[in-house]
Amino acid sequence: MTEHRDYHGAKMGMWLFLFTEVLLFGGLFVLFSVTFGRFPQEFHEASQLLDVTMGTTNTVVLITSSLFAALAVTALQKGDRRLAEIFIGLTVLLACCFLVIKYFEWTHKFHVGIYPGSAAIADWAPGKQAFFSLYYTMTGLHGLHVVIGMAVFGWVWMQIRVEKCTPEYFVALENAGLYWHLVDLIWIYLFPLYYLIT
Amino acid sequence: MAVDAGFMTPGNRSWVREWLFTIDHKRIGMLYLWSVLAFFTVGVFLGLIIRLELFRPGEDFVGPQAYNAIFTLHGVIMIFLVVIPSIPAAFGNIFLPLQLGAEDVAFPRLNMFSFWLYVIGGGTALVSLFTGGGAPDTGWTFYVPFSAQTTTNVSAAVAGVFILGFSSILTGLNFIVTIHRLRAPGLTWTRLTLFAWSLYATAWIQVLATPILSITVVLIVLERMLGMGIFDPARGGDPILYQHLFWIYSHPAVYIMILPAMGVISDIIPVFCRKSIFGYKTIVGSSLAIAFAGSLVWAHHMFVSGMSDTAVMVFSLLTFIVAVPSAVKVFNWLSTMYKGSIRPEPPLIYALGFIFLFAMGGITGLVLGSAGTDMHVHDTYFVVGHFHYVIFGGTGFGMFAAIHYWFPKMYGRMYDRKQATIAAVLLVIGLNGLYFPMYLLGLAGMPRRYYDYLPQFTELHQYSTYGSWITFAGLALMIYNLIRSRYRGPEAERNPWQAATLEWTLPSPPPTHNFDREPVVTHGPYDFGEVRDHD
Ligand code: HEM
Ligand SMILES: [Cu+2]
Repeated sequence: MTEHRDYHGAKMGMWLFLFTEVLLFGGLFVLFSVTFGRFPQEFHEASQLLDVTMGTTNTVVLITSSLFAALAVTALQKGDRRLAEIFIGLTVLLACCFLVIKYFEWTHKFHVGIYPGSAAIADWAPGKQAFFSLYYTMTGLHGLHVVIGMAVFGWVWMQIRVEKCTPEYFVALENAGLYWHLVDLIWIYLFPLYYLIT
Repeated sequence: MAVDAGFMTPGNRSWVREWLFTIDHKRIGMLYLWSVLAFFTVGVFLGLIIRLELFRPGEDFVGPQAYNAIFTLHGVIMIFLVVIPSIPAAFGNIFLPLQLGAEDVAFPRLNMFSFWLYVIGGGTALVSLFTGGGAPDTGWTFYVPFSAQTTTNVSAAVAGVFILGFSSILTGLNFIVTIHRLRAPGLTWTRLTLFAWSLYATAWIQVLATPILSITVVLIVLERMLGMGIFDPARGGDPILYQHLFWIYSHPAVYIMILPAMGVISDIIPVFCRKSIFGYKTIVGSSLAIAFAGSLVWAHHMFVSGMSDTAVMVFSLLTFIVAVPSAVKVFNWLSTMYKGSIRPEPPLIYALGFIFLFAMGGITGLVLGSAGTDMHVHDTYFVVGHFHYVIFGGTGFGMFAAIHYWFPKMYGRMYDRKQATIAAVLLVIGLNGLYFPMYLLGLAGMPRRYYDYLPQFTELHQYSTYGSWITFAGLALMIYNLIRSRYRGPEAERNPWQAATLEWTLPSPPPTHNFDREPVVTHGPYDFGEVRDHD
């Protein structure tokens, strides 16, 4: 088969895929809103147990990484491979930071016994328990997407090295960037819903 | 000879490299076809076992636990491994690019990856049988709370479903981009075959509905592994939400099953009536309408699960609305046949079987869609009868019609037409014998998913079991005829049915590179005046 290149086709495929991701999280957002509607007071109380400082830091970290992702695309389009590679590196580095902060946040919660099924929360009001079930599910799934995004950037970086992704045909990097913006965007919704719901 | 020609020609690399890692859409489609038929065979045997157990009241040779496992497995295999991929993944892959005049699908490698996901997902589902706490016993719907609590191996089974869902999404995505980007010059949207149109509508459902199923099954696993309690009322969850999420996918999924079959029928009927299809645009419109409206009716599976009365009324009404476009298609097919010069070849026989059985299933769908009557027959054999008429009589027959229509193109050989027709007739008789008594059983109050029943149901159950034997005979004859003809059938010409779509302009089987020169399309897919046989 001859190599077939279709810039618009590749972009279209990516947009469709992002759609499916939105719907995947959409199911969880529906669960969130239904449960929130049912237990507004409990959600309010549970939310206060989350660490707003860490959440805010992570939001800033992720938005900044999204900026670097966008800069990487522009750099490659302008023909500067080196710079693109550096920006990709920075994106991945910040993604790591995000995960590390998340790690500290979660382990602290585990430490004080706040996790689904723990003895410490067994006699909490149901709504408060539901808050944390959803919190771990949604931020956990989001975290998984961060890891996948890092892997994708790693792969694109290789593609640039072997000159499969070039200043002339850069759709792989562009699509990776789109994916990263989506991961960022989902967090931007998760953050106020869980941390600032008071 | 012919079976080894064209894209089927053995290459000089190993079979595994040549086939399992192929990026040729035709080979991938063939792989799907064979796998689907293999799983279908397994599913049919499980179905026969169910029917044997039900021949008499009481426990005969499978106990309650085994019975639960068998019907769960039967459902999982038939739904997720057979009917959902059957026509789009098998025939769509082989013929969509050919009908578009394209060299391949838009993302050939992704296509190979989808097939691999299908294999891995199917494998995972099968492994769930032999590992962990034993075969899942929840029914194919995996309803909570039971699925969260049972000790059987539900996690592995739903992991398989997750992977299969991903495969389905990627196939849909690939088809959408292919149809948008790779049409040959002159192939405007209104010159697209109706099969391609139906795949287009299906692909949108695959892309938009399947992610909801994915997240739902992820939640089951989280519930089981980590005790999340998202559907547990004691911890603020709600089991009804599970049912909503499940059916938001699974109702549209029934249109993933039926739309491609309708596409096949719409392609076949004009060819064997030598008449252009009646109401091309209405058929296209109704496909899109089904895809759209079909996404709004999921809660008709939940009339008795405690929704508000308003919700019940709304969903009942919407269900009636979604029946309209299906009926429109049936009228279009019948009008196409009116005053056509009909050639009763096997593909047309199967298509007629489709129309008859699908109508039988569709009409009873309305009984289920009206909340009042559904209260009476919900979760009875009436439902089992309904969905078998639609998915076996509909999708199953659509697939059989597709096999008989495109067999000469795929293998360059022709099957025994008389045997094929006898098999089709046997199947129609068998299916009615198998499933019609179920309607009566359901009306009389026989609940579904029971290995035992009250003595007054015995007679009807026995008719149904006899029907399953006739069905089996029909299937056996059909498959025997196809396998034999693959090796011994007479060689077929390029265009044995004088069809007017692009795939028939190619040699049979088509060469690896599809078209030597990019075809230029100058007429619609059903303009038979233009057909010239090139042989
Ligand atoms: C010879 C062929 C077949 C026979 C004898 C057969 C028999 C049955 C029976 C008796 C049941 C009811 C089990 C119960 O509720 O207790 C059943 C369920 C089911 N069948 Fe079939 N069937 C056949 C073919 C098919 C086909 C072709 C499909 C799909 C296209 C299919 C899909 C299903 C599904 C989804 C269920 C529901 C399982 C559940 O509710 O958990 N069957 N089958
Ligand atoms: Cu439905």
